Amino acid sequence: MAAEDIYRENILDHYKHPRNKGKIAQADAEAQDSNPLCGDEISIGIRVENKKIVDLKFDGSACAICIAAASMLTEEVKGKGLEEAKGFSKERLLSLLGIDPGPVRLKCALLPLKVLKLAIYRHLGKNPEKEDGLV
Amino acid sequence: MLNAKKIRADFPFFKQKLKGKPLAYLDNAATTQKPRQVLDAMQEAYVARNANPYRGAYALAVEATEAYERAREKVADFIGAEPEEVIFTRNATDSLNIAANLVCASRKRGSTILLTEMEHHSNLVSWQLAAKRWGHRISYVKVKSDGHLCREDLEKKAGMSPLVFSFVHVSNVLGTVNNAKQLSQLAHENGSLACIDAAQSVPHMSVDVQKLNCDFLAFSGHKMLGPAGIGVLYMKKELQEEFEPLFGGGEMIKKVSLGGASWNDPPHKFEPGTPNLQGAVGLAAAIDYLMGIGMENVERHCQGLAAYCRKELEGIGAQLYGPVKGAGIVSFNVGNIHPHDVAHFADKEAVAIRSGHHCAQPLMNALGIAASCRASFYVYNDKEEVDRLASAVSRAAKALG
Ligand SMILES: Cc1ncc(COP(=O)(O)O)c(C=O)c1O
Repeated sequence: MAAEDIYRENILDHYKHPRNKGKIAQADAEAQDSNPLCGDEISIGIRVENKKIVDLKFDGSACAICIAAASMLTEEVKGKGLEEAKGFSKERLLSLLGIDPGPVRLKCALLPLKVLKLAIYRHLGKNPEKEDGLV
Repeated sequence: MLNAKKIRADFPFFKQKLKGKPLAYLDNAATTQKPRQVLDAMQEAYVARNANPYRGAYALAVEATEAYERAREKVADFIGAEPEEVIFTRNATDSLNIAANLVCASRKRGSTILLTEMEHHSNLVSWQLAAKRWGHRISYVKVKSDGHLCREDLEKKAGMSPLVFSFVHVSNVLGTVNNAKQLSQLAHENGSLACIDAAQSVPHMSVDVQKLNCDFLAFSGHKMLGPAGIGVLYMKKELQEEFEPLFGGGEMIKKVSLGGASWNDPPHKFEPGTPNLQGAVGLAAAIDYLMGIGMENVERHCQGLAAYCRKELEGIGAQLYGPVKGAGIVSFNVGNIHPHDVAHFADKEAVAIRSGHHCAQPLMNALGIAASCRASFYVYNDKEEVDRLASAVSRAAKALG
């Protein structure tokens, strides 16, 4: 099974010591979503200057895979341009995680990316429904 | 305790190993495994008895009809009903949707439907849709944090004479056993119909519709060793004439002209289309198997395992939900660890448990949790499997806590 050992050292590290966790003061945009299957819930707030994400934080209650993904993702896109963050692919996130979460847990892993993109679209004043493929 | 090892030998499913380990299947509230006796009966019904019931004059079709009606009699006996009161459906969800629409369509707009916060989405969304369609409103009896219905709220809301009170007999999340007889009586005292979601009770205890004196009762074959795709809606005889059928098709009619139709006698009136012969035969075989064990023994066995499981999990610091004295269902959480992670650690040990909201989101909200782990037991489970679960849970707590 793909999910034989998804609780790798790096995942546990990010899960137990999540980076960028909490609420951001004066966010320029915020978004939130949940995974109906399991009740994972993630919210992300971003601060933007000169089309760059200068700061962001995530919060929520979710499983280890989801928390680790949120932690790694926020670490990765902090300081990056909005355009780059908007185009962040799921493959890139999975390679950061370094695991194949398997079909059921994939949704947990990708939830933070979806929420980040929702926040970015909100900041850009675009309707995410009209953009192709959030994740 | 039953001899689970001996029972397991009847289940081809348990011949397989997962990751080299025998599978501890503890998700029986979701669905159960099937004994050879059920699989054989269905196979036989396909191989030797396959014809369209009611629709042929040749010997084979008569045999198919008889096999189908024998299955109906078996189900009727099992729940203390008359055969005509047993309507075969696809599953409990189908049964509840039929009941909801029959009831809601039978009254003018503006009636109230009474449900509880404890309901599975099957007994919730079904009524929400039907109520919306026919212009009724819904109210809900509150659940207390101990997993029981709130008595005052119940009496207040039942006292407002809703059109129907539909409630779960045994909660699929908490294992709470509601006093279905009392609740039915309360409904009737207030001039309401009583509908019971028995998806988790009929598989686990002796259920008698005469004693409960309900108007409707719904359950699924697949949660009681039978096949998927067959379910039952019990409907009291007196009501069967009153209600118009919801769906039309073959076999539910007496006479059809281009101007309209008249209805066949119940239960056929409510069973349009070619019936699920093999499903019904499989369900009958499952009932035979359960009766061979004895429903009192099934109940005692599952309750015993649940009590043992609660004790073991409590011993390792898990938070338990629901009443101590419940059916064979244990819902729990471990610290702040997400249930998915716990289930994943259990899976590594070939222990299958459920994690999530268990199709009962309003109940989870009432308990103030987003999700939980759930172990649910049946006749082939034993204490050793509970020990394996407890050790996997400890391992998860150590790794993630
Ligand atoms: C209490 C309860 N009601 C209804 C159902 C629905 O059963 P089915 O999915 O077989 O229709 C379930 C199944 O999980 C249940 O536990």
